Amino acid sequence: MEQGYARPDDLVSTEWVAERLDDPGILLVESNEDPLLYATGHIPGAHEVDWTRDLNDPVVRDYLDGAGFARLMDRLGASPDTRIIFYGDRNNWWACYALWVFRLFGHENCSIMNGGRIKWVQEGRPLTRESAPVRPAVGYPVRERDDSEHRAFRQEVLAHVQAGGRLVDVRSPAEFSGEKLHMEGYPNEGALRGGHIPGAANVPWARAVNPETGEFLPPADLERIYMEEAGLTREEDVVAYCRIGERSSHTWFVLRSLLGFTRVRNYDGSWTEWGNTVGVPIERG
Amino acid sequence: MSSLTPRLTEILENLEFFPDRADRIQFLISFAERFVPIEPARASLPYPEAHRVPGCESEAFAWVFADGQGGVQCRYDVLNPQGISAQAMAVILRDGLEGASPSQVAAVPDDLVYSIFGRELSMGKTAGLMGMIGLTKALARRLTD
Repeated sequence: MEQGYARPDDLVSTEWVAERLDDPGILLVESNEDPLLYATGHIPGAHEVDWTRDLNDPVVRDYLDGAGFARLMDRLGASPDTRIIFYGDRNNWWACYALWVFRLFGHENCSIMNGGRIKWVQEGRPLTRESAPVRPAVGYPVRERDDSEHRAFRQEVLAHVQAGGRLVDVRSPAEFSGEKLHMEGYPNEGALRGGHIPGAANVPWARAVNPETGEFLPPADLERIYMEEAGLTREEDVVAYCRIGERSSHTWFVLRSLLGFTRVRNYDGSWTEWGNTVGVPIERG
Repeated sequence: MSSLTPRLTEILENLEFFPDRADRIQFLISFAERFVPIEPARASLPYPEAHRVPGCESEAFAWVFADGQGGVQCRYDVLNPQGISAQAMAVILRDGLEGASPSQVAAVPDDLVYSIFGRELSMGKTAGLMGMIGLTKALARRLTD
């Protein structure tokens, strides 16, 4: 467990993981942006969860349902009591996203390995190309997703804005200001309008991470960024968003697990929905 | 009008031998394992921003040189060691466009990314890989300006 953070069980160190590679009560899951990375070598025993194939509905813009999640957990050999440790590339961006989806299904017993893949590699710890051993399916119960605690939908965000609620926009300053509508070369992720949701503070997601080690910043540094600079407080209801809800799941983890905010929701519709929606309020600049 | 060079066509045909995702990934990794950065005599760090692939979070850079025989040589570097897909893409473009004319390079379709990696890519990853193709095409066009 990483000390000093609000929910220390939500974050474990590479050393903690290395000491428990043979613990059958722990399931290691690698979740990456780069689809080739897991196959080039992963922590011994780690399984892969791919965000597109494993976590998303293939047709509707939504996540998998309860039956699909139970099938995924059976494939991974996880029971409701299994402690799942996520790690991955890109400063654990995708690992946080996977953890967020798992929490929607009430699997609370899951953590992030601080520093992710890059720190494990930098420390010279072992990687393997061998397939992870198959863990027998235990018949994970089908539990429907409960979006109410960790996820926000457009109408909820609109009501939140109208009530003067706090938001954090984790996109780049150029996206926040409206100067940029989408990532260059990828118009499909764009929006008809640029800017941000009124009242949002702009804190790009990667500010929470030490780029050299991939580790989350110490608690005092995170407090300075999110509470002193952005003006958020732990007791407020905060909504985080980005373009499609991936980067903001990282910030959701920082606010909730590391800083102990009591009510944080990830608006996964994010700017691709808000910036294309007729009649919703937008601020620029 | 977009089209592929014979070597790119051959690479795509070889990919079709691997309908299984895991096998396809191993085939693509075999390209990444052959990745070598641009020769130091041609470019050295820090690279000019004009050669940075826009939207690529693996920090890829691209160059296109005339080979003196009417064709091109494409070279790349990928600064993020975790950028395995970008490394694979760099090798595919380097091999697949070797000796091609600038107009042949300019005709490479941007959605070659999907033909190689499938559509199960993140938005950011797609942007980066398409950016490698886009910058390569733009640099090739400049050779004829």
